[in-house]
Amino acid sequence: MSQATLEIRAISGHAGSVPGAGVRREFEVCKLIDTTTCIGCKACEVACLEWNGLSFSETTFNNSYQTMPETQWNYWNLIKFNEHEREDGTLQLLMRKDQCMHCEEPGCLIACPADGAIVQYVNGIVDFQQEHCIGCGYCVTGCPFNIPKFSPTARKVFKCTLCVDRVTQGLEPACIKACPTGCLHFGTKPEMKALAENRATQLRENSGFENAGVYDPPGVRGTHVIYVLHDASNPELYGGLPKDPHVPWTVSFWKGPLKWIGNIAMIGGLLGVFAHYLRFGPKVESADDETPRPGGAASRPATREPGNRP
Amino acid sequence: MSSTPLLANGRVLRYSFRERLVHWLAGFSYVYLLLTGLAFWSPWLFWIAVVLGGPTVSRELHPWVGLIFVFATFLMYGMWGGQMHETEPDKEFWRALGHYVRNEDELVPSAGRFNAGQKLLFWGFFWCGILLLLSGLVLWFTHLIPWGLRYVRYTAVLVHATCALLTIGLFIIHVYMGTAMERGAIGSVIRGDVSVGWAKRYHRVWYEHLLRDAAARK
Ligand code: HEM
Ligand code: SF4
Ligand code: SF4
Repeated sequence: MSQATLEIRAISGHAGSVPGAGVRREFEVCKLIDTTTCIGCKACEVACLEWNGLSFSETTFNNSYQTMPETQWNYWNLIKFNEHEREDGTLQLLMRKDQCMHCEEPGCLIACPADGAIVQYVNGIVDFQQEHCIGCGYCVTGCPFNIPKFSPTARKVFKCTLCVDRVTQGLEPACIKACPTGCLHFGTKPEMKALAENRATQLRENSGFENAGVYDPPGVRGTHVIYVLHDASNPELYGGLPKDPHVPWTVSFWKGPLKWIGNIAMIGGLLGVFAHYLRFGPKVESADDETPRPGGAASRPATREPGNRP
Repeated sequence: MSSTPLLANGRVLRYSFRERLVHWLAGFSYVYLLLTGLAFWSPWLFWIAVVLGGPTVSRELHPWVGLIFVFATFLMYGMWGGQMHETEPDKEFWRALGHYVRNEDELVPSAGRFNAGQKLLFWGFFWCGILLLLSGLVLWFTHLIPWGLRYVRYTAVLVHATCALLTIGLFIIHVYMGTAMERGAIGSVIRGDVSVGWAKRYHRVWYEHLLRDAAARK
C-alpha cells in the first residue's frame, strides 16, 4: 500500500477539476482499532507526539486516566476512558483511541473555503496543508467528530495525518508501531474490514458480547479508521463516539443548495437590473427642470438637471 | 434666516456632511466585506482574496471591517432611524410598485425625505447587520465554542450566508437606483445637494416641508 506519489482525489475550496481524481487504481488504507484489546497504556499517544515532533502541553486531571478532555492542535491522539456501569452493576472500563477518522465523505474538506488547505488522497487519507490554511475554522464546524483544532499561535488548524509521511514510505502509522497489545492494525480497507468483522463475530460467539460489532459509519460513507466495539449499539459510551455521524445538515445545505440559490439570485439580480435599464432606462427629471436630456426616453419629454454631473 | 430652502448655488441640501461621511463609511466597509466574503463563498471567486492581499489577510481583516460596518450602521440608525417609520403613503407606494418600476412616477404617491423603498433598504441592512454581527462573531471565534454548543456554529454559517445574500440583493438595487436610475442621486451623497427638480420629482413631500419651514422662519 505504499505510494510512490500521492494521488489527490479531492481538494478543498477548489475551482475546476482535481488532478488525480479517478486516474490511478490505488489501495485504500485503513486503521483498525480493536477497543476490546486496548489496555489504555497510551503508548500510541506518546508515539504520535514523538513521530510528529509535537510540542508538549499541559495534561488535565479529571478523575480518570484520560490525559486531557479532548484532542488538541498539538495532541492528535487521545485515549478516551469511560467507567461504564453495566445493568448488572459491574464496571466496564471502556477505552477508545480518539483521532481523525479520515472520513470517506469528510465534512472538514466540504466546509473548507481555502484552495488546497485540505486534500483527500486516493488512498483515503484526509490531510491538512497548513501553508494553504487561512484559519477560518470552517473545518471545525464541518467535522462530525470534533477533530480539527485551531492553534492560536500558528492561527492554523491541525489534526492527525494518519502519518501520511510514513505511509508513503511503506511504513505503518507511528501509533500502530507502538501498540504493545496488537489492538491496532493497519492495512487496506477490505483487509481491515474483514479482520474487524472476524473479531466481532468471535466476541459475539465466544466471549458473550452479543452486541459486538464494527464501527464504520455509513453516514459519512465509511471511515478509514474503524473500530471493533464490545457494544456497537451504543458507541456513545466510548467517549462520545457519535452513533450515526453525518456532515451536519446545515453545512451540507450551506455548501450545496444555498450556494446555488445564492449564485442564481446574485446573477439573476445583476441581469435583472441590467434588463430593467435596457427596457425602461433611467427615471428622468420632471419637466420643470430647464435642460432637456439629450436622447432621453422617447415616451416623455426628458430633461436633465443642470450642473450636477460632469 | 432666509425664506428659501435653497443653497447659494440654487440647489437643495439633501445630506449633511456627517450623513455623507457615515454613508461612505458603511459603503466602503460593506464593499470590502462583500468582496472578501464572496471570496470565501465560492472557490470560483477565491481569487478576489488573493488580489486583496492574500486569503489569510482577508480572513483576518473581514471581521474587523465587519465591526466598522456595524458601527456605521448603528450611526445611521441614530441619524435616520426616526425618519424611517412606515407611513400611509408608503403602503400606497408598495401598491403602486409596478408603476414605479415602469418609471410611471406620476402614478406613484409623493415621498417624504425617504421613500418606502429606501426605508426597506434601511431596515433590511439594519436587521441583517445585527444578524451578520452575531453570526460573524461565532464564525470569528468558532474554535472557542465548546463541542456541546456546536449547534450555535451550525446555525451561524447559515445565518451569516443568508443575511449576506439578502443584503447583496438590497445592495444591487440600491446601487442601481442611486447611480443609473435616479440621475442626480449619487451627487446627494457626494456633495450633498440636489437640484430643485430632483427634489420635487423624487421627494416632493420633503421639499414642500423645506419650503414651509423656510417660510415659517421668515
Ligand atoms: C458584522 C460583522 C461581521 C463579522 C464579525 C463577520 C465575520 C465573518 C467571518 C469570521 C467569516 C469567516 C471567514 C472570514 O473570516 O472572512 C465571514 C464570512 C463571510 N462574511 Fe462576514 N462578517 C461580518 C459582516 C459581513 C457582512 C456585512 C457581509 C456582507 C456581504 C459579510 C459577508 C460574508 C460572506 C459572504 C462570508 C462567506 C460565507 C461563506 O463562506 O459562505 N459579512 N464573516
Ligand atoms: S474526522 Fe473530522 S477532520 Fe477527520 S476526516 Fe472526518 S471530518 Fe475531517
Ligand atoms: S481553518 Fe480549516 S476550513 Fe479554514 S482554511 Fe484552514 S483547513 Fe480550511
